[in-house]
Amino acid sequence: MSSIAGSSRIAFRKPSALPGFLPTFAFTIFYLSTVVLIPLAALVIRPWSLGFDGFIAAVTTPRVLAALELSFGAAATAAIINTVFGFIVAWVLVRYRFPFKRLIDALVDLPFALPTAVAGIALATLYSQKGWIGGALAPWDIKIAYTPLGVIVALTFIGLPFVVRTLQPVLADMGPQAEEAAATLGATRLQTFVRVVLPALTPALLTGAAMAFARAVGEYGSVIFIAGNLPMVSEIAPLLIVIKLEQFDYAGAAAVGLTMLAASFLILLALNALQGYLSTRR
Amino acid sequence: MLQPRNAIEDPRFFRIVAVIIAALFIALNLLLPLLVVFSEALSSGLHAALVALKEPDARSAIRLTLIVAAITVPANVIFGLAASWAITKFDFWGKSFLVTLIDIPFSVSPVISGLIYVLMFGMQGWLGPWLRDHDIKIIFALPGIVLATIFVTFPFVARELIPLMSDQSRDEEEAAVSLGASGFSTFWRVTLPNIKWGLLYGVLLCNARAMGEFGAVSVVSGHIRGLTDTMPLHVEVLYNDYQYVGAFAVASLLALLALITLLVKSFLEWRYADEIAATHRH
Repeated sequence: MSSIAGSSRIAFRKPSALPGFLPTFAFTIFYLSTVVLIPLAALVIRPWSLGFDGFIAAVTTPRVLAALELSFGAAATAAIINTVFGFIVAWVLVRYRFPFKRLIDALVDLPFALPTAVAGIALATLYSQKGWIGGALAPWDIKIAYTPLGVIVALTFIGLPFVVRTLQPVLADMGPQAEEAAATLGATRLQTFVRVVLPALTPALLTGAAMAFARAVGEYGSVIFIAGNLPMVSEIAPLLIVIKLEQFDYAGAAAVGLTMLAASFLILLALNALQGYLSTRR
Repeated sequence: MLQPRNAIEDPRFFRIVAVIIAALFIALNLLLPLLVVFSEALSSGLHAALVALKEPDARSAIRLTLIVAAITVPANVIFGLAASWAITKFDFWGKSFLVTLIDIPFSVSPVISGLIYVLMFGMQGWLGPWLRDHDIKIIFALPGIVLATIFVTFPFVARELIPLMSDQSRDEEEAAVSLGASGFSTFWRVTLPNIKWGLLYGVLLCNARAMGEFGAVSVVSGHIRGLTDTMPLHVEVLYNDYQYVGAFAVASLLALLALITLLVKSFLEWRYADEIAATHRH
């Protein structure tokens, strides 16, 4: 391959003075295929052993639909909560000076570093009737743990860093020029914020929200402890995959898994298109 | 001159409220769950927590987690080095597609990451009957746990090194090779010193995830106590057994790992910001 690369016009790769392309490239492809691509192919192929009708039937039972609805609905709700609060957190971290700023900045990454099972039992304890937060809410008869609300709490926990870490560098790079221009032209602070700052940040906000959403849809460890896992009520789609596997229903598990992947892929594609539309319009 | 100044600076009242909202959100959403882990672990005193960590099952879970990380991290480091060498030192067709493929595991649910290996190697998987005939155990055994962990931590090293190495020119390596250095010594003496902090950063994140992974491992491990339970899985077992002190004692070890990871990560970002891709990628 490399010996003819110099002479052939439609060469696979450009000639280079450096050695080691073939072994490193071959190893990369081998490892990628063995660990990622071939096993993922199993996920794409396996559900069709049920036949097309069987596949549709497997993913449209009331229990599966309820689980998908909860997973996607709670993930979207958590993404929206995180977009609002993540924006405020990123804004104060970039724009203001205040005590414990470094600590708060470092804490934002906690959900990336803390194992999900640890987060799961901590949140379940915190929000249960006897927990610090659950106990405080009990007199108002608000229940969070073991309800769909608990799922949203867990997904909010894991999604925050995606929004903050996407927004921070964009905010830091933005510079005051555009805002100063708006101000000299007579805009109020509110007008400047709504007309200048927010449109410039919308693509980054969408990216952060999409990443938080994608992560939340498939999240398992931090959710199952606080969710209560009641079928049709607080049972998330990844848990249903685990249950189907325990019943040796491989094809059914793969069908739910493939549906989840396809649905989140389509939603991300739509968000990407929206982002492209917004950035060309600007 | 007071008027234009107000239009680029947020009002003082607004700043204070925003900081308070951000701090409260971080405290409630991130800090409290972290504190609960340690407070529950120590609820019966330090001695009880230490005794729980010395249980045979807890010790075997800790040992298994260390073994899994000791295989997973080097495997992904070798892959990350090979992939980033092939991708950044050469120009070839389909390169950006290859980079996209490497990122896939980040957008796959942990449960699905485990599921795909069950579909491959499980009893009713593609290779299941053949493996059973040859008495090879992958699922519900160490190889399956390692494979699932490799999958979820697959991109960490590569995605840190690829942007870092594409920012660096190939001149130094080309000079070394033209002066007669072998490919390996070029890599060892020229490339590696340029990427060492980035590599350490990738290893740090890869290791944290490898030791803390729950969903993917939970699907392939089979939960055999004392045999195939990693630390996060052992946390689940103890928690579901109502052994809260033990569950939170093991969990606080994992939380300590997360805190150390965050500390080293912040230090690397602060001290070696120029030599880490993550801090100047955006």
